[in-house]
Amino acid sequence: MANRHEVIFAGFGGQGVMSMGQLLAYAAMLEGRQVTWMPSYGPEQRGGTANCTVVIASEPIGSPVVGKPSAVVAMNRPSLDRFEEAVIPSGLLVINSTLVGRQPRRQDLRVLSVPATGVAQELGNDRVANMVALGAFLAATAAVRPESVLESLKKALPPHRHNLIPLNREALYRGVELAKAELEGARA
Amino acid sequence: MEDVVLMKGNEAVGEAAIRAGCRFFFGYPITPQNEIPEYMSRRLPEVGGVYIQAESEVAAINMVYGAAAAGALAMTSSSSPGISLKQEGISYLVGSELPAFIVNMIRGGPGLGTIQPAQSDYFQAVKGGGHGDYRLLVYGPASIQELVDLTVLALDRANHYRNPALVLGDGILGQMMEPVRFPPMRDLGTLPEKPWATTGRRGGPKRLINSLYLQAEKCEEHNRRLQAKYREMQRTEKRWDCLWVENAELVVVAYGTTARICRTALEPLRAEGEAVGLFRPITLWPFPDDPLADLLKTGRVRAVLVVEMSAGQMVEDVRLVAGDRVPIRFYGRTGGAVPSPEEIREQVRELVRELR
Repeated sequence: MANRHEVIFAGFGGQGVMSMGQLLAYAAMLEGRQVTWMPSYGPEQRGGTANCTVVIASEPIGSPVVGKPSAVVAMNRPSLDRFEEAVIPSGLLVINSTLVGRQPRRQDLRVLSVPATGVAQELGNDRVANMVALGAFLAATAAVRPESVLESLKKALPPHRHNLIPLNREALYRGVELAKAELEGARA
Repeated sequence: MEDVVLMKGNEAVGEAAIRAGCRFFFGYPITPQNEIPEYMSRRLPEVGGVYIQAESEVAAINMVYGAAAAGALAMTSSSSPGISLKQEGISYLVGSELPAFIVNMIRGGPGLGTIQPAQSDYFQAVKGGGHGDYRLLVYGPASIQELVDLTVLALDRANHYRNPALVLGDGILGQMMEPVRFPPMRDLGTLPEKPWATTGRRGGPKRLINSLYLQAEKCEEHNRRLQAKYREMQRTEKRWDCLWVENAELVVVAYGTTARICRTALEPLRAEGEAVGLFRPITLWPFPDDPLADLLKTGRVRAVLVVEMSAGQMVEDVRLVAGDRVPIRFYGRTGGAVPSPEEIREQVRELVRELR
């Protein structure tokens, strides 16, 4: 089951949490995996919270709805508040530390605190915070290769938006590097 | 992998209908199926088709009637409250023996209910909804690929029988994305001839599309013809899927999204060596009664658990098949609540304990 992933991406509307999940799902498909992507579609509103669930597996996927995710990527405080308790024991929590502003309560999780929004602002566009967080998630899980995510981006973006790919690539790899540094720090 | 795409159910069902030869869509928006009209409004003009956002669901289904009478393969889609509004039109389509393709991405009811997923329109789909003695071909896909495959089949069968076919999905199936493969675009020239279509008599006999038979004898004769079609469907159109039933003592019966969740619920139990299996109806009408009866007749199955996102609708058809052969237990969630694999697993465990 090590290569099975049940991930919830959560944040507020406009943070690109749906795209994050779709890029992961698309990349998993390109790598020949089984995959489902399921958005929350409640009575949403601008500025409200949004989330999506991605399941990646080698065998056919049953439920696309996940109550106990193996990983949660929390892009803001309400997302951490809502999903921290749901993560399976020893599961992964990726936190956008720029906006979350608190440490997780649970001690039994692998936690990656990444200043995703801060890094994105350094890069000149806070809309790529999702790519920083996705990079961090990939560094911790190896769910798919970052190259597959970039390949997905090429297919998902219309040609006149391909000028955004270098920025997204930069953000993705900054997330990968930050996470690697934090993971190695934790090991040392 | 080049021909595999990642797609939402709502978009995939539209593309599949177009690939199968549908060029006419009439609808009115409602969540959680809005991506169907949205997709069709963009895609149909690309293939020379017609998209109309009607002023209401009632108008949309009657536009389907008009297009079908002129020989077109037409489609409409909605979600629960909108499908209720279409029922009169559906009955007229059946009465006039017109093919049509209808999609219901069910949301929680009754009334306006909620936009979250449900399966509480099963009765409406398989036992009527509109007036008169009639049936629809009703398909309950459990994945986006199956949604595509069954859409192509449904359009074909609707044409063949001159009877509407309906895909019964739910909000999850509509909103979810999965990798999917499409069949090639059908050459419209290969669609069956429709010598009955009201496209002008061209010197031939008068053509009339109507569901009015004022004389009782004539109307009964018409009904006998319809019933003969339904008997034929029952002989040839039943579809179902079985998982781990070969040695199962407890069989879970579920369709659509719920069947997937049941699969996840059962996987760990199988790994623990429990003799549990899953029977999944794919056609909801005709209901796959014989194959379920065959399974229960073996004497090995000691209990059946039916799981639905409803207060218990398909369970009635399972009870008809099972009679008093085996006890039938029901577990349902309603109003847009989706059962978790964990809570279904707990229901199965409890039943397994009772059987010991």
